[in-house]
Amino acid sequence: MARRAVITGIGVVAPGGIGTEPFWRLLVEGRTATRTITQFDASGHRCRVAAECDFDPLALGLTPQQVRRTDRVSQLAMVAAGEALADSGLEIDGALAERTGVALGSAVGGTTTMEREYSVLSEGGRNWVVDPSFAVPHLYDYFLPSSIASEVARTTGSLGPASVVSTGCTSGIDSVGYAAELIRDGEADVMVTGATDAPISPITVTCFDVIRATSARNDDPATACRPFDRTRTGLILGEGSAVLVLEELEHARRRGATVYAEVSGYAARCNAYHMTGLTAEGREMSEAIDLALADARVDPGAVDYVNAHGSGTKQNDRHETAAVKRSLGQHAYDTPMSGIKSMIGHSLGAIGSLEIAACALSMKHGVVVPTANLHEPDPECDLDYVPNTAREKRLDAVLTVGSGFGGFQSAMVLTSLERTAA
Amino acid sequence: MTKDVVVTGADAVAPNGVGLETYWAAALKGVSAIQPISRFDATGYPVRLAAEIPPSDAESTFPRKLLPQTDRLTQLAMMCADNALAAAAVDPADLPEFGAGVAVSSASGGLEFGQQQLQRLWGTGWESVSPYMSFAWYYAVNTGQISIRNALRGPSGVVVSEQAGGLDSIAFARRRVRRGTPVMLTGGFDSVLCPYGVSTVSVATGVSHGTDPERAYLPFHSSSSGFVPGEGGAVLVLESRASAVERGAPVLGSVAGHAAAFDPDPSGSGGDGLARAARGALADAGLPAGAVDVVFADAAGSPDLDRAEADALTGLFGAGGVPVSTPKALVGRLMSGGSALDAVTALLSMRDGLVPPVPGLAPEEVDPRIDLVVGEPRGGEFRTALVLARGHGGFASAMVLTAP
Repeated sequence: MARRAVITGIGVVAPGGIGTEPFWRLLVEGRTATRTITQFDASGHRCRVAAECDFDPLALGLTPQQVRRTDRVSQLAMVAAGEALADSGLEIDGALAERTGVALGSAVGGTTTMEREYSVLSEGGRNWVVDPSFAVPHLYDYFLPSSIASEVARTTGSLGPASVVSTGCTSGIDSVGYAAELIRDGEADVMVTGATDAPISPITVTCFDVIRATSARNDDPATACRPFDRTRTGLILGEGSAVLVLEELEHARRRGATVYAEVSGYAARCNAYHMTGLTAEGREMSEAIDLALADARVDPGAVDYVNAHGSGTKQNDRHETAAVKRSLGQHAYDTPMSGIKSMIGHSLGAIGSLEIAACALSMKHGVVVPTANLHEPDPECDLDYVPNTAREKRLDAVLTVGSGFGGFQSAMVLTSLERTAA
Repeated sequence: MTKDVVVTGADAVAPNGVGLETYWAAALKGVSAIQPISRFDATGYPVRLAAEIPPSDAESTFPRKLLPQTDRLTQLAMMCADNALAAAAVDPADLPEFGAGVAVSSASGGLEFGQQQLQRLWGTGWESVSPYMSFAWYYAVNTGQISIRNALRGPSGVVVSEQAGGLDSIAFARRRVRRGTPVMLTGGFDSVLCPYGVSTVSVATGVSHGTDPERAYLPFHSSSSGFVPGEGGAVLVLESRASAVERGAPVLGSVAGHAAAFDPDPSGSGGDGLARAARGALADAGLPAGAVDVVFADAAGSPDLDRAEADALTGLFGAGGVPVSTPKALVGRLMSGGSALDAVTALLSMRDGLVPPVPGLAPEEVDPRIDLVVGEPRGGEFRTALVLARGHGGFASAMVLTAP
């Protein structure tokens, strides 16, 4: 019988609150966590708004040595992984440890610490031949994005296959897709998976400043990210992590675990078009959606909800609207589709997993979360984007999509076990 | 049968040879590229040696438009992919629209480009930073650029586990082919050879602070003092055997088995993570340890890690039970590029019946449990190769490759 991968635990560190409960409350209430940047003095920058986490790793149980040897990007994931494991009720020990793997997404890894240390070694950008005598002992750990996976493997006691998946802004879908495939293919029974990013640093803010991808609505931080709204002016950076415990279905059933949803479909495509550009037609995203639905054996007309990429750029909103119409046909107009980046910003590689967590929680609660800051719909975007207010709706088949620099387009389908049984 | 995934083309960009056959000739001759760092003035650095890729004529043909957008290593990775496709005689235009994807591992992204832009940001101001910075440094850059350059619209992925990432990416690509994608480009590419990168590596566990190029990186030797950083990597073209046969493509070998494991204590006795990965890869290939004709070792070069790897190999094969090749002692450790390059080297060894050596040092210095290939290439019929890789932090990966 085919092996199936199900979500049995969720852990979240997101702007607006630490833990799954505050995350869910924020989304359901349609509140936003975008604010003026506090993590560094961004006063000279074009965009001075981000969605930051109020995160104290020591207060959340990490040891001083764990904090010293890791970038914030790992710390967010370590805390989220702790909550996810506790939520699943799983003890990773004995024979299970070798059957438990780790796959975590991240777009930019430990960039924030790398930049901070660069500024020291280069004496504030003065010297090309930087001074290695100022290299701190754990600099190589900060440098390697794979440190995220090794730290989480260590803290969770996982001894199976471990890696980071780094496909830019689709990393958080691709990591969970990869984890689900390892379970389906029998390489692991449990995967600690998800994604993390902590990009709110001068260099990453600059990356988006210089290409004017971020919104410069600095005077109104709380409404700065407005997907599908005609007054949108760009994306808002965020940070955070969502970690899921993914488990082989029979393994979960044997121990009587509560199942949020099955990761039943996944596909990725590339547009091979441009490192940052998107086509107006959305053919490649549509292809990923079609394949993910086929993988999940879900008819396009049976999709109950679409979690949008919804980054807040005109190019994206039109691209994914076209892609969803192309795949769901007339049913697209009857399907609620909302974007949570309006509330928690775009945390690059992390956001895909935060969106999967949001989808799983939406299925559990029977609630569609809204798109915040949507008051003047873009006439070119004519689907049901669930403006500002959550709705009750039973959700048995949910689609989430993502786009990233590099041309990556990914789609994932979550389904309820009740749906499969019926 | 779609389970049988084969390599139909490959190319290598290594410090001792740019281009597959150039590299292979250098590897067979035991040519080392380890030398004092020349790219910048490293006289005050604790790490003074590295294996650098020399400038080559091929670089002058790189599209000028892309030069300001890309790190040099990305340019080399893109040329490597071009050559691998040509070697496999794959024209992407002949494939279905979504018929080919890319999965090239990277643990460093376009690091030198990144340091240049950090200098502009911190030294001058954010307005002076390149508009290409948003995609020229991050880890998906090589995969994304190779996809765009060759119009490869199939599934892509970037699996990162430091040195183990090259093998894990080949396994990722194999999974994509098994699930129906006709052609995958895979492998790994990395470089840390800019001032900030070398400074970063200078605090890494096990890096050599030696200054004698001939003695700085001696895996399995009693006088080993660590590893020397290198740069580069390899790209492989994977497809199903059925497809390779149908189009009459040359087959270098099969990706017969793979497994990965995490080891919180990689220098512990028994080399547990590496041993588990190796056993898993053999089980995946359906082969006993006795079928392995040659091992391409992780070859960390530091005493405790070498001993752990020797423990693992001895547990699997018995003392001296199998020839062990360490071509990375000639080119340094290339992070994700290193294990991809080892996989290509293993395929070439099986093709030509020759395993590349490292220069011969006093035999009594070598771990007596290891049948290290030194001095001259080892000849013979090699049908099955085991490639091992450990990534900093506890990653272990193993791959079984078999001759066509």
